[in-house]
Amino acid sequence: MKKSRVVSYNKWGYIFLIPFIVVFLVFQLIPLVSTIYNSFFENYRSGLMQIGPNFVGFENYVTIITNGDLPTYFANTMILWAMCFVPQIIISLVLGAWFTDPSLRLRFQTFFKTVIYLPNLIMASAFSMLFFTLFADGGPINSILMQMGIISVPFQFMSHVWSVRALIAFMNCIMWFGNTTILLMAGMLGIDPALFEAAQVDGATATQIFYKVTLPLLKPILIYVMVTSLIGGLQLFDVPQILTNGSGDPVRSSMTLIMYLNKHLYNKNYGLGGALSVFMIIVTGILSYIVFKFTNSGE
Amino acid sequence: MKKKLMVALLSLTMTAGILAGCGKGGSAGAGKATDGGKVLNIYAWNEEFKSRVTDHFPGYEEVDATTGKVGDVTVKWNITPNQDNAYQNHLDETLLNQDKAAADDKIDMFLVEADYALKYVDTDYALPVKDLGLTDEDLKNQYKYTQDVMTDSKGVLKGTSWQGCPGVLIYNREAAKEVLGTDDPAEVQKSVADWGTFEQTAEKMKAAGYNMTATTNDAYRVFSNNVSGKWVQDGKVVLDDSIKNWIDLSKRMMDAGETTSADLWSPDWSAGFYPDGKVFCYFGPAWLINFSMAADEAGSIANAGGWGATEGPQGFFWGGTWICGCAGTDNKSLVCDIMKQLTCNEEIMLDIVKKDSDFVNNKPAMEKAASDDSFAFPVLGGQNPLPMFCAGAEKCDLSNQSAYDQGCNEELQKAMKNYFEGNASYDDAYAQFTKAIGEKYPELAK
Repeated sequence: MKKSRVVSYNKWGYIFLIPFIVVFLVFQLIPLVSTIYNSFFENYRSGLMQIGPNFVGFENYVTIITNGDLPTYFANTMILWAMCFVPQIIISLVLGAWFTDPSLRLRFQTFFKTVIYLPNLIMASAFSMLFFTLFADGGPINSILMQMGIISVPFQFMSHVWSVRALIAFMNCIMWFGNTTILLMAGMLGIDPALFEAAQVDGATATQIFYKVTLPLLKPILIYVMVTSLIGGLQLFDVPQILTNGSGDPVRSSMTLIMYLNKHLYNKNYGLGGALSVFMIIVTGILSYIVFKFTNSGE
Repeated sequence: MKKKLMVALLSLTMTAGILAGCGKGGSAGAGKATDGGKVLNIYAWNEEFKSRVTDHFPGYEEVDATTGKVGDVTVKWNITPNQDNAYQNHLDETLLNQDKAAADDKIDMFLVEADYALKYVDTDYALPVKDLGLTDEDLKNQYKYTQDVMTDSKGVLKGTSWQGCPGVLIYNREAAKEVLGTDDPAEVQKSVADWGTFEQTAEKMKAAGYNMTATTNDAYRVFSNNVSGKWVQDGKVVLDDSIKNWIDLSKRMMDAGETTSADLWSPDWSAGFYPDGKVFCYFGPAWLINFSMAADEAGSIANAGGWGATEGPQGFFWGGTWICGCAGTDNKSLVCDIMKQLTCNEEIMLDIVKKDSDFVNNKPAMEKAASDDSFAFPVLGGQNPLPMFCAGAEKCDLSNQSAYDQGCNEELQKAMKNYFEGNASYDDAYAQFTKAIGEKYPELAK
């Protein structure tokens, strides 16, 4: 009698798992496997003519590694990510610390939390389009700067490597710092208040408390934020795609890996696209592992 | 005299319209019955062709926004916007499934543009117009270039168009008066007769505070329509001298500050439609003048009739829509009838000129309109540019197009922008172009 009851409970466990397993299989595992499978074939369309699929072994991998595109676009992606992540984490840490510090007693907290999260609700492409218009050669930013007498001829924001990169990083930063702040706040609120009080009683300054108490105890959340942001950063696509109209110009200096992948979809080039995606999976894995190891090394 | 001619012409069109309308019910209707198709599927990227059919095809009744009726046949409009290649992607997928599709789902007719026409024309999906039932006699009044576009590599004509889009140089009369001392088209032409004088005029314009063109890309089509060889020869991309000339001229003009590197259709490009934009000229066909230059907005140059038109340094064309019958159609005679009425019937085509200000693909009709002052364009301050367009359409030569034109033209302009702006050397920009072509057309990368 007893035994059969246990078994029937187990059954329910499996039944409740079914939705996840099905979704995982259909939307994650099967596409993943077929991506890897596709990467070994020459398979694209020339006009209306289908070329392939012909098995070519590792040729697609050799192509994307030897033609020098991959390192360039990987570097671009990481530069854009770093330019966005560094300011973002600083702002978020500061805001998080202020919001959670009971001694500051900030008013209208809910209001500000909502406001800093708001940019994330705008569609990235709409946001990008807005910036494209704002920073056009004859756009409002240029006319404001000219009226203030800061510049005499319009500054071509879209024609300089670093201004385009800065705009992309700025947009991403604005969009994501609210999200990060809320994650970090959750982490900070999870720290036992007794520890802060103890530190205060021992005469620690606010700076000391932040560096010696808050930061070390926040480490798990920080790792989480960093890993998710890194993976998100590797997949950076919509903002630069719209801002540069898919070109990644000037001289493709803001073309990210996914924008490059998108170029191969023009002719349904599943072979090269697949190889690039497999490379992305590997890079994402390695980077996440490094971040994990690096930040966990103290323990 | 002119008035009398006009009256005669008008009454002729009217009666012809009525007669065509009558004929419709009997003969064409009977033809359709033999085909047996109940649904006519038309693939397009905008509403233009739909409105032409609605307004001008005898016997067409509109049912709702995406369907219509001709006799017993339901006409289904399948419209996908051009943005990001969406139209072609959609069309490709459907064409590749054409054999498997049910009779009523098969594409009967699809539209293409010149830049990628050969991609479809050189396949069996586009039906030869002769197989549909159009004869040489029907097609004799069309401009030759509009047929060149739709002629496949074996010399078979596979589509027709109701419009022609020869372009002219459209100049700002105000600027012409100020800098050149006259706004008379014949006099202005002397200052832009060839690219050498064009560049000298650019210098003068610059001195007076005008940009010669709104962007370097304005002149691109003028050069790319006058190439001496195809983009791709023996599986290799070849840069034609004419396009190299465009690159050199553009770089010189950019360095001299006589133009910009903005994209076509961007706000920086269209700023020149207003007096404050300070742009001397654009290159464009009739539709650009009539529909794209903000003519209905107060304060624009077009609104005040402040543009003039002249031939410019070289002839070219821009845009245009071609109709193809699709293999597997079960409505051959209706497809044929639509082509015949809209692209070969002089009365209907003259009607299109009147109603829609299109430049139609019919020599006698356009020559009549060219000599008729009632066809003058208000945006050009009352100038009638049709004689120029007529001459231009005769001069267009499309024997050097290839299926790769769209990709090559787009990517070259994108890559060269870096060179013009000083972000890359010519060689680097060209390398970027080759790279982009390799991505779009892997077979050319080898």
